Amino acid sequence: MSELSNQLEKLSYQAQELSNQANNLASTLMESPNSHGDFLVFGFTVLILACFVGYYVVWSVTPALHSPLMGVTNAISSVIIVGALLAAGPIDSSLSKIFGLIAVTLAAVNIFGGFVVTNRMLSMFKKKQ
Amino acid sequence: MSNISSVLYLISAVLFILSLRGLSHPTTARRGNFYGMLGMAIAIGTTVASPGVLSYKEITIAFVIGGLIGSTIALKIQMTALPQLVAAFHSLVGLAAVFVAGSAFYNPGAFDIGSIGAIPTGSLVEMALGTAIGAITFTGSIIAFGKLQGVVTGNPLVFKGQHFLNFFLGLTIIGLMIKFCLVQSPEYFWLIVLASFAIGFLLILPIGGADMPVIVSMLNSYSGWAATGIGFTLSNNLLIITGALVGSSGAILSYIMCKGMNRSFFNVLLGGFGGEQAAASSGKKDDRKPKQGNAADAAFMMKNCSSVIIVPGYGMAVAQAQHALREMGDILKKEGVEVRYAIHPVAGRMPGHMNVLLAEANVSYDEVLELDEINRDFSSTDVAFVIGANDVTNPAAKTDKTSAIYGMPILDVENAGQVFFVKRGMASGYAGVQNELFFRDNTLMLFGDAKKVCEDVIKGLKN
Repeated sequence: MSELSNQLEKLSYQAQELSNQANNLASTLMESPNSHGDFLVFGFTVLILACFVGYYVVWSVTPALHSPLMGVTNAISSVIIVGALLAAGPIDSSLSKIFGLIAVTLAAVNIFGGFVVTNRMLSMFKKKQ
Repeated sequence: MSNISSVLYLISAVLFILSLRGLSHPTTARRGNFYGMLGMAIAIGTTVASPGVLSYKEITIAFVIGGLIGSTIALKIQMTALPQLVAAFHSLVGLAAVFVAGSAFYNPGAFDIGSIGAIPTGSLVEMALGTAIGAITFTGSIIAFGKLQGVVTGNPLVFKGQHFLNFFLGLTIIGLMIKFCLVQSPEYFWLIVLASFAIGFLLILPIGGADMPVIVSMLNSYSGWAATGIGFTLSNNLLIITGALVGSSGAILSYIMCKGMNRSFFNVLLGGFGGEQAAASSGKKDDRKPKQGNAADAAFMMKNCSSVIIVPGYGMAVAQAQHALREMGDILKKEGVEVRYAIHPVAGRMPGHMNVLLAEANVSYDEVLELDEINRDFSSTDVAFVIGANDVTNPAAKTDKTSAIYGMPILDVENAGQVFFVKRGMASGYAGVQNELFFRDNTLMLFGDAKKVCEDVIKGLKN
């Protein structure tokens, strides 16, 4: 009988230990994703709204200018240069920085190429009398 | 600091929206393009000024090299080569996205997403998605470029089990992503890249040359979604907004192109279009003979009529005939003939391709009309001058339910008093369907190179 009560005591102790651990885990889980977990929902909101803006803006583009539209969108999609710059930013050299610099170069080709070729196209669209 | 940069990013996002908005009319378009450049300058400046970015020298060198290459190519490129240029540029966006995701994985600290081996799962998912989309955009665009440039055959390349292989690869990528998120090891990152390269390659290979407008728009869309994926990794709204703008732009363009062919997006993606029908139609040989005319007849008739509608197609671009065509139009206008141009949504190899070429040749944009605007006018027009277009004028699309192009909106050139059809030979168009317009009483074929025929007509007009 006393053996059983001993075991019970042990078990209750273990259970308490376990619940403590679970508590700790939960609190670290709550903290670890911190700002990022919030951003996911926030970013998703922005994404959906931007899709709506894109939908209406793009439908208003005249079909004659669909080629320049591709040129501009190509140029502005290179806004990922923001990420490339952050990656290339640190002073010390690392693999990550080299990747960043390559990405900066690629995105710069696109930014300049996209805007210049669009400008060339648009300068040809003239109305004659 | 972080608040100021957020506001600056917001301003540049608004400028990007305005740059697309400007394209609603040719008169505001150049200002729109300027807004785009300004927005990009603000975005770059803001990022360079952020505290984590310190290696100014290397960044400047990389930026200048890229800028010089981009500007040189863009200034030198011929307008007829525009579709392949755009495809090539898309591939760079895709590759850049892969590199950014890669550097985020190897140095998460620079992006504020934890440390190596302890990146939050959410960021890993976004990273994996951005990488996969970027890698698919990269190889897909390279194949599209090859097809448009003529390095890779423009014919659809199909083999048995192709769709199964793609499906299998797709599943593999998803599996790899899950594994990547669980173990965070670099091998899985690179496996995702490799598998996505392979699927991008395989997805575009079976798609034929004339379906490239849809594909180029689709890849345009992908490059946008890749930017969005990276935006989530960086918790940066500017990237998300811009990516969504580009993504929806590409998606809408693909939709417009598909509608212009009366085909579903899925049908285009499955590829292989045209191949079977071409084989079928070559089986039953057509022994009817079309009426053949010459440039002098065409010149005489057009000079003495009151209205002409010119229908350009990809053949005009191939022959570089736009300048000769414009000269022909100018002479006709001097003779008091009303000259207009009718553009089918899928004419050429990218959306709006014909409009750019005609603009390059100095044709006033108000003479260039879209299908809906001009289709009713064919019946009151004396002459329709079809140059380098074929399937988009085929009346079978309206009458023949068995035709591969049934239901496709077409330009009703057959309603014009007289049709001149400039063509190199009797070969059928991309869809592999015989154009019954060739055998109509009011059709005269002008065989020859599009540019040569235009020059001959000009000679005839001057005599």
